Amino acid sequence: MGENSYKNWQEKTLIPYIKKNPTRKKKFETSSYLDVKELYADSDVKNYEQNLGYPGQYPFTRGPYPTMYRGQFWTMRQYAGFGTAKESNERYKYLLKQGQTGLSVAFDLPTQIGYDSDSPMSEGEVGKVGVAIDTIDDMETLFKDIPLDKVSTSMTINATAFILLAMYIVVGKKQGVDKKLLRGTIQNDILKEYIARGTYIYPPKPSMRIITDIFDYCAKEVPKWNTISISGYHIREAGSTAVQEAAFTLANGIEYVKSAIDKGLNVDEFAGRLSFFFNAHNDILEEVAKFRAARRMWAKIMKERFQAKNEKSQMLRFHTQTGGSTLTAQQPENNIVRVTLQALAAVLGGTQSLHTNSMDEALALPTEKSVRIALRTQQIIAYESGVANVVDPLGGSYYIESLTDTIEEKAWEYINKIDELGGMVAAIEQGFVQKEIQESAFQYQMDIENKERIIVGVNSFQIEEEPPKDLLKVDPSLRNEQIKNLQRVKSQRDNTKVLNNIKLLKETVQSNENIMPVVIECVENYATLQEIADALRQEFGEYKESVVI
Amino acid sequence: MQKVRILIAKPGLDGHDRGAKFVARALQEKGYEVIYTGIRQTPIQIALAAVQEDVDFVGLSLLSGAHNELFPKVIEELHNAGADDIIVFGGGVIPQSDIEFLKSKGIKAIFGPGTSIKTIVDFIENESKSRNSKIS
Repeated sequence: MGENSYKNWQEKTLIPYIKKNPTRKKKFETSSYLDVKELYADSDVKNYEQNLGYPGQYPFTRGPYPTMYRGQFWTMRQYAGFGTAKESNERYKYLLKQGQTGLSVAFDLPTQIGYDSDSPMSEGEVGKVGVAIDTIDDMETLFKDIPLDKVSTSMTINATAFILLAMYIVVGKKQGVDKKLLRGTIQNDILKEYIARGTYIYPPKPSMRIITDIFDYCAKEVPKWNTISISGYHIREAGSTAVQEAAFTLANGIEYVKSAIDKGLNVDEFAGRLSFFFNAHNDILEEVAKFRAARRMWAKIMKERFQAKNEKSQMLRFHTQTGGSTLTAQQPENNIVRVTLQALAAVLGGTQSLHTNSMDEALALPTEKSVRIALRTQQIIAYESGVANVVDPLGGSYYIESLTDTIEEKAWEYINKIDELGGMVAAIEQGFVQKEIQESAFQYQMDIENKERIIVGVNSFQIEEEPPKDLLKVDPSLRNEQIKNLQRVKSQRDNTKVLNNIKLLKETVQSNENIMPVVIECVENYATLQEIADALRQEFGEYKESVVI
Repeated sequence: MQKVRILIAKPGLDGHDRGAKFVARALQEKGYEVIYTGIRQTPIQIALAAVQEDVDFVGLSLLSGAHNELFPKVIEELHNAGADDIIVFGGGVIPQSDIEFLKSKGIKAIFGPGTSIKTIVDFIENESKSRNSKIS
């Protein structure tokens, strides 16, 4: 084929046919407003061999590993946590028994924002969207009978990531597990919190200092730990397009790498422990292309921009969660289908681990049954669908390669713009990123309002429905239980030691020495999450968002 | 007639503001005066903002599951501030089974996921009409 034969086909066959049989729409676009032609051909793909390459080789478009799922499946890592540490521990043991292959911890909002359960700010929030953790005592309970050398644990925690990581290290120590053996990830991606998720505490600059302290400490002391999960998931949930998700995520990554290098770290010492976290939305082919584009771009960024020599530093490895914001409250069983398509997109795109959402998450916290269905979705794709038997099965598709190129090109445009603005921290401070996302979110929702975008069961194919039954409820008295436990811990600990630890922490913050060893000591002596977080609040202050609609 | 003024607010610690921002902007484009105060507001901050801005409506958004505690608290704080005439509605991830409780506490309407802007506008227009007829 070639451009001429394509044009010939259009003139001879396509155009006459369309005159008699019009297409459904005049203009077809991806979910993120990228133009979609009726057919793609070899003339749509440029520099095929160079851009595509092979899996396990630069630029890793086709995957970070040569055998991908022929070697081992992606980690099935269901994000879970609610109520008290005891309740969450029971669910983790349940999920591990059902075949989940890695843990993923959801913390409640007070824990994420640095408040203990007894704080007035915690009223109504304790244990609601995740597990409540106030001290190392709760953390021990959370991982009771779960040996930390046998599991890998992902923790969705950002502003207080340094505290929860310290707790995890101490739990390992109490279990007799050397910290050099600990495996897992802390999300630790504060930049996306300012633009898309909101669980920030401190301003950007001191937050970056905390993050690079973690990089430095873990490179030496906890070498198997992934120190960050640079997240596009929440950027997409906030309403970005797929291009923006890729661009802003990678721009955040650039900022973290730059920060670490400015601090004196060698790029190949820490870059292999950076990981990513993306969304999987409903437009399967666009999502597959997005993942491939991100891998290729990161490889180039690390090799060309930061001169990373080690291939591990050039690989983008990512976790995926299916798109929570796509779930509907209406006809919730439809969400099983949506999640299945999204999970398939993640797998076809080469994800290293995956969370599948539950069908009832637009209504309440997921029930045990709906969590099981979500996990079975992954297992069916892995064991029954055949898509895991081939590396990058959609690679070479003219459309996939063309779309990968388009997403890459447009994402680079954003990255160049952000560089012009002075980098991602500057772009966030100027409100550029937030505004871009907000515009996309508004457009997306207006399309739904105007039925330009059909959501099955919501703006079409609607039915009269009875309220769903069997939704999970978190017992409000849980907070009282949590507070009682917290009071017990405080009354039993050595308070003088805690006060001295907190004082030393503040001095360490001022001195620019690494804060991690002191935080670990605070935690070990039962300092509470809020006591540690407040110490840094007093030194760093709190970030205040500027609000625009 | 004076423009209807609406405060859109997010009580508590939940940072998911996509829905709140969309509703705020969509209502603004429909011609209402809209104030959005951002995330991480306490009930008392919301009540004080509502009084200070002299709004007719307060729209609350929450996805964290803390609605049964925080929405009634906003009503309580509005009452303490002598602002019982302000009409409060809510939205977010709120189970159907909680709606009756919230209404019994003074929340006039709950708009779940997938609610169209037209539905919210109809609610505001109907409430404004019945309030104006009471006044005159």
